[in-house]
Amino acid sequence: MKNILGRDIPDYIEGYGQVRPFKGAYASIDPRTRTTITRRSVRPGNKLEPGEAKLLASIEEAVEKTGLRDGMTVSFHHHLRNGDYVTNMVMKVIAEKGIKDIHVAATGIFACHEPLVEYIKSGVITGMSVNYISPGPVAKAITKGLLPKPAVFRSHGGRPRAVEAGDLHVDVAFIAAPCCDNYGNINGTHGKSACGVLSYIYPDAQYADHVVAVTDNLVPYPACPIEITQDFVDYVVTVDSIGDPNGIVSGTTKVTSDPIGLKIAAAAAELIDETGYIKEGMSCQTGAGGTSLAVAAEIKKRMQAKGVVGSFGAGGITAYFVEMLNEGLFRALFDVQDFDLVSVASAGSNPKHMAMSGSLYGNPHNCGPVVNNLDIMILGATEIDTDFNVNVITGSDGTIMGASGGHNDTAAGSKISIVVTNLLKGRLCVLRDKVTTVTSPGETIDALVTDRGIAINPRRTDLLEKLKDSRLPIMDISKLKEIGDKLAGKPDSIEFTDKIVGVVEYRDGTVIDVVRQPK
Amino acid sequence: MKLNKTGEAGAAESGDILVTVAPSEEPGIQIELSGKSVILKQFGRQIRELIQKTAEENGLENARICAKDNGALDCTIKARVRAAIQRAV
Repeated sequence: MKNILGRDIPDYIEGYGQVRPFKGAYASIDPRTRTTITRRSVRPGNKLEPGEAKLLASIEEAVEKTGLRDGMTVSFHHHLRNGDYVTNMVMKVIAEKGIKDIHVAATGIFACHEPLVEYIKSGVITGMSVNYISPGPVAKAITKGLLPKPAVFRSHGGRPRAVEAGDLHVDVAFIAAPCCDNYGNINGTHGKSACGVLSYIYPDAQYADHVVAVTDNLVPYPACPIEITQDFVDYVVTVDSIGDPNGIVSGTTKVTSDPIGLKIAAAAAELIDETGYIKEGMSCQTGAGGTSLAVAAEIKKRMQAKGVVGSFGAGGITAYFVEMLNEGLFRALFDVQDFDLVSVASAGSNPKHMAMSGSLYGNPHNCGPVVNNLDIMILGATEIDTDFNVNVITGSDGTIMGASGGHNDTAAGSKISIVVTNLLKGRLCVLRDKVTTVTSPGETIDALVTDRGIAINPRRTDLLEKLKDSRLPIMDISKLKEIGDKLAGKPDSIEFTDKIVGVVEYRDGTVIDVVRQPK
Repeated sequence: MKLNKTGEAGAAESGDILVTVAPSEEPGIQIELSGKSVILKQFGRQIRELIQKTAEENGLENARICAKDNGALDCTIKARVRAAIQRAV
């Protein structure tokens, strides 16, 4: 079967199930039924006997109490990023107890999760689903087809949708809790392992059968502030450390100093300005990369020059957006994760810096996620094709090196979504005839800004009309591709086996593409 | 053209290629190419052919060419091979 983007996808995928084919970015918005779950009741204490204690002695005890057994799904979140100890700690206990055939539903996987590769090889882990993965040992293992079932790639909005719908049923959710009391009230912004908001795990707290908080900072009841409340948490386990502070922050997130990146950023900001998006009440989201932040810096200059105040900044928050909030350039921030210590501190102290759940961020099947209110979205791309389809999952050799994150959610919701990238990365041209893997469909991508030219999606006739007298180097996307190909040469095509190692779900749960194992 | 010594040109920097040309007893031009697999899979064949062609155009007969690529464009590869040959004469 081919879906509407011409991607070759089987009707049924072994280890995944029946495929609902992608039918367009906005095709699936009919009302949805949410799943029901069974949760235990925790007894109060009374005059005759003590209440039930939630505090357990060890992760091992939590595994026993929750009845974790073969074939179950356990979930983790990635706000501790490359410093996370909890996923490895829990999986080690599960492996030692001889439990097999586990599905690991992690919001994000980093290089620090290398120990999982052994558990994949030994059959402890047989399936995985992620919304984010960094290039590293686990990504390599998935590319090599070591998992018996294909990995499922979802977006930050698609995962909570799947959890709420029951498509992704979580048996036990483990929450890394930087601050927690003995009855399970949690926040992520206080304590020695403070990592900022814990947004991506809220749906798991609400919809998993069992919820375990793992903390290295047990505080007297009640924890304050409270981000995840006690009514969702079954057990609390204390450990020495939940994360390595050096890995928790992604280093300093700074505006790039690379002249090519700055040139791209200036052109993107000019494009945004000429199309009328720099205005009172505007909202904006960028990635945390150097070029994305350079666009934010250029937008900021133009906001200041016009004297406009934006409504909100959103997404993964960096010091740069905190600075814009504090300077009064935005009235508020919507935050799903914090990349540096300045953002962590702001999230924990400034009421205008608001946490949003993954569902509120990008779930298409609720009463409207925040991406629907977003004006300007600055995106990256590993590859983009002449239909504006974007790949952020695989390199052009088919190796898994990323996942959607919020890419396809924000592209679909925002008024203008702009991909900013160098046209050539090394000798690889970002523009392809067909992307290796589709993450975000071309109908949701409005413009491509590169160092060698700008292409506007022809569907956006309104933008083309506004830009008709522009002095920006705007050209047809195929012309831009010719420039790239002339410099880089035509690549030999990569050969793939028939083995499907990954299934890429669009935010609405339909399958937009599959990842096949490269030869 | 007869080579007397080893000649080197280029750099290991991104966007460049480090080319070493050395005299060889064996007949013909032996090319040893290394680099990022994502690039070699898609451009390895073309880079090899370009090095061979450039070497022949510069009159090289018996030589060992070691090339460490880091995403160089064709113009760079050609220039580095030529410079390395000239330094090996």
